[in-house]
Amino acid sequence: MNLDYYRKTPWQRFIYKISRFFKNIGKGFVGFFARIFHAIVGFFTGIGRGFKEFGQNFWYGDALTKSSHFVLGLSHLFRGQIVRGIIYLLLETAFVFYMVFFGGNYLAMCFENFFGGGNVGRVETHDFWNEEDGVYDKVVGDNSFLILLYGILTLFVIIFFIICYVVATRESYELEQYRIIGKKPQNFKKDINNLLDNKFHITLLSLPMVGLFVFTIVPLVTMILIAFTNYDAAHEVPQHLFQWVGLDNFKDLFYGSTNLGATFWRVLGWTLLWAVLATFTSYIFGMLLAMLINRKGIKFKKLYRTLFVATIAVPQFVSLLIMSKMLDTGGGVLGSGGGIITQLIESIFDYHLKFGIDINTTRICIVLVNMWIGVPYSMLMCSGILMNIPNDLYESARIDGASPVRRFFKITLPYMLFVTGPYLITQFIGNINNFNVIYLLSGGGPGDIILYTDGAKGTDLLITWLYKLSLGIDRNYKLASVIGILVFIISAVFSLIVYNKSSAVKGEDNFQ
Amino acid sequence: MSTQNKNKKTVDQRTQELTNWKKIDQMEAEIEKSKKKKKRRGGMRFRRIFGDTVGQISLTVLSIIWIIPLFYLFVQSFRKEPGAWSPTFFPQEWTLDNYKRLFTETKFLQWCGNTLLIAVCSCIITAIFVLSVAYVFSRMKFKARKPMMNVMLILGMFPGFMSMSAVYFLLKILLPNNYQSHISLIIVYSAGAALSYYIAKGFFDTVPKSLDEAARIDGASRFRTFYKIILPLSKSIIIYTILTSFIAPWCDYIFVSYIMAGVPDTGMYTVSLGMYKWLEREMIQQYFTTFCAAAVIVATPITGLFMWLQKYYVEGVTGGAVKG
Repeated sequence: MNLDYYRKTPWQRFIYKISRFFKNIGKGFVGFFARIFHAIVGFFTGIGRGFKEFGQNFWYGDALTKSSHFVLGLSHLFRGQIVRGIIYLLLETAFVFYMVFFGGNYLAMCFENFFGGGNVGRVETHDFWNEEDGVYDKVVGDNSFLILLYGILTLFVIIFFIICYVVATRESYELEQYRIIGKKPQNFKKDINNLLDNKFHITLLSLPMVGLFVFTIVPLVTMILIAFTNYDAAHEVPQHLFQWVGLDNFKDLFYGSTNLGATFWRVLGWTLLWAVLATFTSYIFGMLLAMLINRKGIKFKKLYRTLFVATIAVPQFVSLLIMSKMLDTGGGVLGSGGGIITQLIESIFDYHLKFGIDINTTRICIVLVNMWIGVPYSMLMCSGILMNIPNDLYESARIDGASPVRRFFKITLPYMLFVTGPYLITQFIGNINNFNVIYLLSGGGPGDIILYTDGAKGTDLLITWLYKLSLGIDRNYKLASVIGILVFIISAVFSLIVYNKSSAVKGEDNFQ
Repeated sequence: MSTQNKNKKTVDQRTQELTNWKKIDQMEAEIEKSKKKKKRRGGMRFRRIFGDTVGQISLTVLSIIWIIPLFYLFVQSFRKEPGAWSPTFFPQEWTLDNYKRLFTETKFLQWCGNTLLIAVCSCIITAIFVLSVAYVFSRMKFKARKPMMNVMLILGMFPGFMSMSAVYFLLKILLPNNYQSHISLIIVYSAGAALSYYIAKGFFDTVPKSLDEAARIDGASRFRTFYKIILPLSKSIIIYTILTSFIAPWCDYIFVSYIMAGVPDTGMYTVSLGMYKWLEREMIQQYFTTFCAAAVIVATPITGLFMWLQKYYVEGVTGGAVKG
């Protein structure tokens, strides 16, 4: 900040601050894209270099090296690394068998009609007139979803094989060089030992990565591709095939003539509003609470903390469900005034709480209940950090005659915002995806036939809508997948801000 | 040896830092002592006492408001009158029948057993996965390290639930006969565990590198260093990882409801799914008080665990932020 800043009027200062904020965001984005660009360029130059090396190895290698480009492991077998050679040989055989008898077929069925908008799979389940018995027989057709899954699996198998192939050929060339300079190749026992030492990361990472790959990456890629098909209740597998439709689902959502687009914007709007409200109410009140508890003269600090933390320690499905029952209207059951809170409000204010009936009432209740859970949470976070604020700041402010309110806004709040900025944004993303609070409290309800279609209801977030679309009565996987991608984009944009702001991440670069 | 002792000291210091509350309370006590010695003018004193009283009262009121729903749950579990809605906060007649019913008439114990089995298996797998991934990213240098971390960062941004239907199909292929089983749930809870390595990595980063180097110079392999030096120093993070992943299956509703959708045998359920079913429209009149009793029984140990864990928890969540 320069001297000019102090000459400005408060209003100009405000403008200046805002412009700086936007400038910084702009800078952040530019930096991010520059980084992505560098990464892409680096990736391709790396691949190019790989190709060059590969060609050179092939060109300058002797007959054995050349032939081991076709039969993996030959070079290893004849140059002293027998076990390694056998492993490579088996790998190649397995790959060829896999592709010929299984993978190749599925890969073709999966992607052959990718651009034409055709079927995924070839034969649809249909009835077939059996002349001999005089009845209709059922012909079981292809399962599009399985084909897609296997197709993607095959793609990854191919990538894995290519990596192994490149490594193996490079090694075979190195072995040739070793022979020329008279160096002895490493034996297999040493290889194994190395897996516990210099290559220990391979041992440690293998199992977690297999788990991650099979149960996160493959399913995720499959679901992303579902967004480009028309997989829904009308194209349910295995009775029907589904088709590739390109970007139609996205077009329907953004420009479609149906009510779907309007529903989507409503749900998105509420999701963002909810995330902002939930994050900031919990944060501000949590901080105030932490300050109150940390106040010097307060007794029984530990007791208060424990009492507040109890609400977040209880499993959410218990605390939220009991809360939703306390707010319930009773569902028109005779002789019941509904949950205890509804009854209480009815008897004191003579007002019937329409939780789960009126959209806005439900929304307000949800935000309030979320405070019940969120405030202790932020209190927990803030307490430690509040203690870290240098006390002399407060001392000097007190000597200068600043009131407590002023001290809060000029010292505490800026300091906290600065330190907990990343946490706040993480919290914001967490709230965008806050399935539990919405689903367990209101189940997304109440519905509105005019405003909402496709299974969405008044208090649904994108994530609960996604849940209903993939589990509900009229399943709509394609829409669920599209929504999932959009949620990802939203989370990614906000994470980007954290990533650019957080110096903890930047510090990673000069990591020992 | 002396360097090792020195390094050990820094680790101890760190564990001390972890016990935030103790530190805060001690500091406050000290400040108060020093302040008491000083004499103050009457006006200031009055203002202080006034502020303290207001603060004390408002804190009491707030904490009562905060604890009331849980207290309501507790007293309702002793209610004798049937039905979901009662007109009074406290039950008109007290009874232990709900608890008796819970253990004799319902499948609650079976659910607890299921959940315990799932939780134990998944927390073991998760701990192994998380610790090894965190150690690798904290200590080893290799080409794919940075790209892998970036990919995992991006994977973490997709809603975890999005890929569930594909996982469901995968499980159907892998376990054709019992894909709606506890094995599936264990896989679902632990297979992607590698993604949550951040907190453990943050911890390993604070364990001094020189320890590793000293061991390596003495001829220990990476495996030995990890097993003999790093792991014994990381008790707190191991406990944290195990307990958080142990608690997860007890609290999860979304995944279990998907995997177990349409299973007719309610004996297969986990605690959360079974208890959720009790509050559905058809069941609530009959089972509300039973739900309360079950909730008390499930929530008590988990609450205890969380209370014990909170200091690690805070450290983990704010760790990255405080550094900034």
